[in-house]
Amino acid sequence: MRAKPVKWGLIAVALAYLLAILVIPVGAVVWRAFQAGLDPVTETLTSDLFLHAMWLTLVCTLIAVPLNTIFGVMFAMLVVRRRMRGRNFFSLFADLPLALSPVVIGLSLVLVWGIHGWFGGWFFEHGIRIIFSLPGMVLATIFVSLPFVVREVVPVLRAVGTEQEEAAEVLGASPSRIFWRITLPSIKWGVAYGVILTTARALGEYGAVAVVSGRMTGQTETATIFVDSQWTQFNEEAAFTAALVLAVIAVIVVVAVNLIVRKEDIDGHHR
Amino acid sequence: MRRRGQGALSLGLAVGYLGLIVMIPMAALAWAGLSQGAASFWAAITEPETLAALQLTLAISAIVAIVNAVMGTLIAWVLVRYRFPGRGIVDGLIDLPFALPTIVAGLTLLAIYGPNSPFGVNIGFTRVGIAVALLLVTLPFVVRAVQPLLREADLEAEQAAASLGAGPLYVFRRIIFPGIRPGILSGSGLAFARAIGEFGAVVLIAGNLPFQTKMSSVDIFGLIEQDKPDAAAAVSLTLLVISLASLALFDFLERRSAREAG
Amino acid sequence: MGIIAENITKRFGDFTALDDVSLEIPSGSLTALLGPSGSGKSTLLRVIAGLEVPDTGRVVIDDVDRTADRPRDRGVGFVFQHYAAFRHMTVFENIAFGLRVRKTPKARVRERVEELIDLVQLTGMAKRYPSQLSGGQRQRMALARALAVEPRVLLLDEPFGALDALVRRELRAWLRRLHDEVHVTTVLVTHDQEEAMEVADRIAVMDHSRIEQVATPRNLYESPASAFVMGFVGPLTVLDGQQVRPHEIALDTAPVDGAVRGFVTRVIHLGFEVRVEIAAEGHDDLWVQLSRHDPIVSALGPGVPVWARAVGNPVPSHASEHDDPVAV
Repeated sequence: MRAKPVKWGLIAVALAYLLAILVIPVGAVVWRAFQAGLDPVTETLTSDLFLHAMWLTLVCTLIAVPLNTIFGVMFAMLVVRRRMRGRNFFSLFADLPLALSPVVIGLSLVLVWGIHGWFGGWFFEHGIRIIFSLPGMVLATIFVSLPFVVREVVPVLRAVGTEQEEAAEVLGASPSRIFWRITLPSIKWGVAYGVILTTARALGEYGAVAVVSGRMTGQTETATIFVDSQWTQFNEEAAFTAALVLAVIAVIVVVAVNLIVRKEDIDGHHR
Repeated sequence: MRRRGQGALSLGLAVGYLGLIVMIPMAALAWAGLSQGAASFWAAITEPETLAALQLTLAISAIVAIVNAVMGTLIAWVLVRYRFPGRGIVDGLIDLPFALPTIVAGLTLLAIYGPNSPFGVNIGFTRVGIAVALLLVTLPFVVRAVQPLLREADLEAEQAAASLGAGPLYVFRRIIFPGIRPGILSGSGLAFARAIGEFGAVVLIAGNLPFQTKMSSVDIFGLIEQDKPDAAAAVSLTLLVISLASLALFDFLERRSAREAG
Repeated sequence: MGIIAENITKRFGDFTALDDVSLEIPSGSLTALLGPSGSGKSTLLRVIAGLEVPDTGRVVIDDVDRTADRPRDRGVGFVFQHYAAFRHMTVFENIAFGLRVRKTPKARVRERVEELIDLVQLTGMAKRYPSQLSGGQRQRMALARALAVEPRVLLLDEPFGALDALVRRELRAWLRRLHDEVHVTTVLVTHDQEEAMEVADRIAVMDHSRIEQVATPRNLYESPASAFVMGFVGPLTVLDGQQVRPHEIALDTAPVDGAVRGFVTRVIHLGFEVRVEIAAEGHDDLWVQLSRHDPIVSALGPGVPVWARAVGNPVPSHASEHDDPVAV
């Protein structure tokens, strides 16, 4: 139906755009990281500063993801199965992190947990620092990555329907058994997808954590903040090495996501 | 099926978690921005640098949303309607901006399109540079919203129109476009809302020159560092309201468009 | 014994699904709840199962008042229209589920499940997953799963609705044979009157949240309590202002006193059945059902004048559609 030249013309425009906006920039991370050879890269990867930054990123992620997953599944069950009152109201807040600028998120956390904040003062008097310290960074990571499991599980729960659960109930299963043996397995791909998105978001967070941590070198730098601070200090190779590590993780995430999507089609599960 | 006792515990936990993590900080934000009164709020917003930043942010984000509407639709079209070698990989790449840390995106854009560009292209510290960064970050929104609509599109309706004598552009305008318009609207709305708040991708390449290339997110960051949390809160609330309003507007437009598409 | 539902009312918001419905189901029988969509039949079944809580009324199963009991305590088996198979479990694990919940010892579980797999003719498929089974096989698995825990009562909610016509007919006959072997009190919800007539001992016809009539299939057909039941349970046409069965009309090519005069518009040969469409003054949609062996068939063709009169018991067209249920 469409003339050949038009088809290839459109493809060329699309690919050129993607090349310029996406492919070359991401590819450049590899190029720039290795521009001065392998040594600066290995030096960075083994440096205390970098390892500490990766460690902080990992800690924040490993706390945020399980908590948000448990919350996400619980909240989705409450909204879809129990149809709790006020579910639309609370769902708005569960979605809000997607509409908020990361610096705004960071600010709101400082206002609550900072020394002069609503609760922060009390903690400070008891010797606990939240802002400019790990707890604050964890809170920021949780905040920004909160919506993903909820958003993936809700439609799956709706699509799967209540029949399997009702069948199990009539057969004598307790509510707990029904949840662990019937409901959870039926939503597992939605949960998996949500967990991957949550992890990616947590690993890549910059703005909110930057506000909340004070970006203190060697103390409260996550991997993303490390990238920025190294660049600002003209350590280009270090910055790009860290950027490369993060970009590789991002690619792995995208591959994992696409594998899951294809696996769902094969299994014929609903999404 | 209603269960009483055990429901209460999970309800309490979930709502408590949400309250602690999201709702209370939002309340604190509203309080900080509004408690000093309308005059103070207005003064903070109309600070010359802040106002300029807001105007710049909205203008660039609007342009980015429009470019996304066009290019996103084109890319979705190419991915759904045509076959070419590597299509699967290209399709997977679209998700990359969702997973890529924003600071990494900003850094690499500065490296290859900035002062030391190997291509001789220098858009570092310019508004164009900001736009390019935002285009990278918002790439998937329109594409992913339009793709499923294109896949569901009624090819037979298009063929019927062609058999009745309609040319390809006419078919696109009258048959295809109404079907994908809801996706274009919702994707553009999301892109806009995301763009106005973007920080990591923008902060390096923009250069952050007041009145020239300072975006609101950077402005807020600066106000926080200058220990002016109330002013920062005022600007934040403004951005938040604009973001929510645009999402609501685009949601309304999308739903109306979906109804008209039948 | 059996099931007694008394004065059940159930509303969903503004919509009344069941309006003061009472029904008795004898122990060991196979009773069908027959009616169009929205008549309340599925809701009544779910109330008996405990999956819906009625606003008023009682449910008594085997002489025990179960109204306040949860489904798991009522000893009922339930089969869903879309199978409700546990997709991530094998056929064996599906059928074993209820037994494992009751902590039945492993050996006994294996014995019982294999017995049931043979009973429902799924031998050899124990390790398959529901996605690897056909619709008919899935439904048989669902039945085996429900029967595994030896329920007092078996409830089937349009169990064959999602299957195609041939499989539906096979499973219908198979269900009847199963019931004759196993003798569990069974209630079947369906909108297919042929299915109900073929399978059930007794049929409760429902419409608009009420029970219209409860009778054996034969009595339902021969002595319908209302125009609705008559129309639902078999084909109808209107002759001389009365609703009659198309095969209870006698045709003549010579004038007959008191008969309706018309002429043939179409003769349709449907294998054994011959359908004769007739145009007559004051009649919109008159047709007659004949067997192909009827001698008059060869004399009929478009334009042939005929005289038609009713034989059998017509129900006047304007009979009330909400007669009190007649138990026959």
